[in-house]
Order: sequence, then C-alpha cells, then structure tokens
Amino acid sequence: MNNKMNKVELLHKNYIHSLKVNKRWVRLYQLIILLLIFFSWEISSRMKWIDPLIFSSPSKVWNLLVAKIQDGSLAANLGVTLTETVAGFLIATVLGVIIAAVLWWSPLLSKILDPYLVIFNAMPKVALGPVIIVAMGPGYTSIIANGVIICVIITAIVVYTSFKEVDPNYIKVLQAFGATRYQCFKEAILPASFPTIISTLKVNVGLSWVGVIVGEFLVSTKGLGYMIIYGFQVFNFTLVFLSLLVIAVLATIMYQLVDLLEKKLIKE
Amino acid sequence: MSFLQVQNIHHTYFTKASATTALSNISLTVEKGEFVSLLGPSGCGKTTMLSIISSLLEPTEGTVLLEGQPVSSSKNKIGYMLQQDYLFPWKTIEENILLGLKLSKQLNQKTKTHALDLLKQMGLNNGVEKQLPKQLSGGMRQRVALVRTLATEPKLLMLDEPFSALDYQTKLKLEDLLSDTIKAFGKTAILVTHDIGEAIAMSDRIFLLTSRPGTIYKTFEIPDSLRRLSPFDARNHEAYPAVFQMIWKELESFEQQNE
Ligand SMILES: Nc1ncnc2c1ncn2[C@@H]1O[C@H](COP(=O)(O)OP(=O)(O)O)[C@@H](O)[C@H]1O
Ligand SMILES: [Mg+2]
Repeated sequence: MNNKMNKVELLHKNYIHSLKVNKRWVRLYQLIILLLIFFSWEISSRMKWIDPLIFSSPSKVWNLLVAKIQDGSLAANLGVTLTETVAGFLIATVLGVIIAAVLWWSPLLSKILDPYLVIFNAMPKVALGPVIIVAMGPGYTSIIANGVIICVIITAIVVYTSFKEVDPNYIKVLQAFGATRYQCFKEAILPASFPTIISTLKVNVGLSWVGVIVGEFLVSTKGLGYMIIYGFQVFNFTLVFLSLLVIAVLATIMYQLVDLLEKKLIKE
Repeated sequence: MSFLQVQNIHHTYFTKASATTALSNISLTVEKGEFVSLLGPSGCGKTTMLSIISSLLEPTEGTVLLEGQPVSSSKNKIGYMLQQDYLFPWKTIEENILLGLKLSKQLNQKTKTHALDLLKQMGLNNGVEKQLPKQLSGGMRQRVALVRTLATEPKLLMLDEPFSALDYQTKLKLEDLLSDTIKAFGKTAILVTHDIGEAIAMSDRIFLLTSRPGTIYKTFEIPDSLRRLSPFDARNHEAYPAVFQMIWKELESFEQQNE
C-alpha cells in the first residue's frame, strides 16, 4: 500500500518535472527567435541587403533609445501617450457599461437605438478622427476621445448582451424578496457580468492604442504617435522603429496587467 | 376565512408564435399551518401557479388573497424557493442568507443573529458562513437556500421542486429536515413536485394537476396516520402504498381519458 503511494507520488513528480523541462525549451526557442530577428536585421542592414536608410538597424535604434532616454524626451512623449491611452480605455469601459445599463433599464430605448448601435459599431471609427478634432479642437481631449470612440460602442454591446444573459431565476429570487429594478441590477446583473466587463477591458487596451496613435498622427505635437509621424516626415526611420518597439512593449505590459487583474478578480 | 385563497385563476402566456394557456379555472384554499402539494407532470403549470401566488406574475384572470389581502400588497410575507439553490456565487454564505433582509431593509443585529442561528440548526456550522457557495455540496447549498428563504420570516413558504436536483439519499434527509423546520415554525407551505412519493410523505393535502391547460383534477387528503410521521417514516408506513396506488390510478385514468 505504502509502496504504491510512493510510486504514484514519484510518477507525479516526474510528470511535473517534465512539464517544467518542456516549458524551459519553449522559452529557449522563443528567445532564439527574438535574437535571430534582431541579428539578421542588424546583419542585413550592415551588409546593405536592405536599405539601411529605410529599415535602420537594431544598433542605431538602441543608440537613439539611449540618447532619447538621456535627454528625457522619450519619457515625456511616452508619458503623454500612456496617459491618453489609459484615460481612453478606462473612460470607454465605464461609459460603455453605463450605456449598457441604460439599455438594460429601458427595453424600449434599446429597441429604438438598436439600428444606430449596429451602424455605429460597423463603422470604421478612426475615420471619425478629423471630425472629432474639428469639433473638440486639437489637443489631449480629442486624442482621448479618439481612443474612447473606437471601443465604447462595442463595449456597450458586449456588456449589454451579458446583462441580458444573466439567468432570470436570479432575478426571480430577488423579486421574491421584493427587490426593485435597481436592486436587481446591483445585486445580480452587474456582478454576474463582471467577468465580461473585465474581458472587454482587455480588448479595449488594444483598441484604445489604435485610437490614440491615430489621433496623435492627426494633431499632436507630442507622444509616440507624433514621434512616428515626425520620423516619417524627416525621413528618420530609426525614430519610427524606436517608437514602434516602445509601443509594442508598453501595449504588451498593459495587456498583461489587465490579464493579471482578470485572473485575480475572477478567482474570487 | 382561509389563510390563502386562490380564486378562478386563468393564465395564458402570449408569445409571437403562440398563446399557451398554462392554467385554467384554478381555485383552492390553504389553511394556516397546512402543508399542501401541487402534484403534476412537467409542463402542467406548477411553476406558473407559484409565480402567480407570490405575485411575481400577474394572472390573466382571477385573484389571490393572503389573509384576505391581495398578494401584490403582501410583500415579504411569501418566501419562494426554487428548483436549484440559485445562491449568488460571488457572495459568501452569510451574504447570501442575509440578502432578503438586506433588500427589505430589515437587516439588524437581531435578524442577523436569527439567520445565523437558522444556519446552525440546519447543521451548517464550522465557519461555513464565510465560505463561497461553490465550496459546498449540493445538499448543503439547498439548505443554505432554505435558510435564505426562512430568514425574512415569511408566513407562506413556496417550494418549487426543491429536491429534484439532489441525489436520492440527500433528498430523503432534506425532506425530513424541511418538514421538521416547517412544523417547528408553524409555517404554511406549498410544495410543487412531480414525485408522488414525496407529495404523500410531506403533505397534509395534495392537489393533482392535469396538463394543457393545467386544472385541478382531484384533491387528496392524506390520512392522519401518515401526516403525524416524518417524511422518511411515512414512506415506510403500512398506509403509504395504498395512498400511492390511489393517486397512481387517478393519474393513469386521466391519461387514458386523454388518449
Ligand atoms: N414565459 C413563458 N412564455 C411562454 N410560455 C411559457 C412561459 N413559461 C411557461 N410557459 C409554458 O407554460 C406551461 C407551464 O409551464 P410551467 O409553469 O413552467 O410548468 P411546470 O412548472 O409544471 O413544469 C408550459 O407549457 C410552458 O411551456
Ligand atoms: Mg416548474
């Protein structure tokens, strides 16, 4: 009996060990691919297989990065874009949930507004950028608005759908206790939809980056989007690549943070 | 005057595709302290009936009076327990059982202590109140749901197939527990079930419903010898099989009429 137990434990340990080994191999290959990309980029740029003026090279990007960190201009631009993006996706998520709540509250209103939501959702929202800028003036507000508008409607639709899908028997339990519509919303509808709201947060991180960068393309004098457009205009593609890499890193970090938040909240 | 009077209830559900008459011409009375069952096949309108009695649903026709007052004006006098526990998964057991009190603004130290005492009486102690529903077994969860229903001290208790999602052994145990609790508090109760045995074991009176549309086909008085016993003992009493046979025959004869 005891012997058998030990054997099972041993097998389990072996299994866990093999999982770890496997994971290490995956990480190793991922690292190799990354190094390979940068390495071949550097080589082909130096050997002039690709035009170094257009495609720059990792070493040039790195040098520029160091310079920009030292003169503080990277931090300034990065701060601006980051603030706009975070503001954009938080406002969009809150606003989207509020719209969803209003739609849930009034079934008549939701029926009336349905075609408008569909049209607005189907529309490529970045196309509204110029209109927003004319309406709100060139500045932070219109860039944030650009980030908001791109995700607010889809958030509203997704969250509203999840509100409607809450098991009506939960509402029945509450109504049997004499709950008002507001109490039903607070006690059942909203908390039951938290997982959906968190997952829209995740989608909105990505979307609001699009909105904000496009907004910066159009107006701004600061930010990572501006750095890209500026680099493009003065033919400094090292600057463009630097901005792109910074955006990639930041967007990934933000996504991971929301992912972490999701895991924490859902576990409870 | 009876405790609960249900008078000439008709109910039709309207949808785009059809109009389904779920209940037709239902009249019944329930006395204070009585335990009655609505027995009938699935889809005969039992849940509809309970929804109407608890005024969650407005009947197409008819009235329901509780102590002489329309049920729509007797908020919180009726407790409703559903087929599954429907405990809120994100609330702790304590938050779940205090929900009714919170919603009706009756939550204070006294009512809270009472609710937690009830939980103990149901055999749920050792810090269960701080746990989440998913940490409990099906039978425990259904007991919590019962505590949640009883915590607001309803005068009338409605039980919609409360044991149908449980395994047989748990179901038998909970029948006894429920029966004891209801007797101890002197509550009036209406049980909905499609299980003949359960109806006999638990009730004083059984209304047999037929389907499409639901009507009361027959009423059975359960003999005193069975009523006095706990549900488990009633199932093993010598008078039990005869009552079972009688109800079984009525169900059969009704089915034959329909063919
Ligand atoms: N919301 C509804 N809309 C339309 N028809 C319904 C609705 N609820 C129940 N019904 C119909 O009414 C009949 C009775 O349903 P129900 O009261 O749930 O029966 P039971 O609880 O006895 O199984 C069924 O035929 C069912 O299809
Ligand atoms: Mg039912």
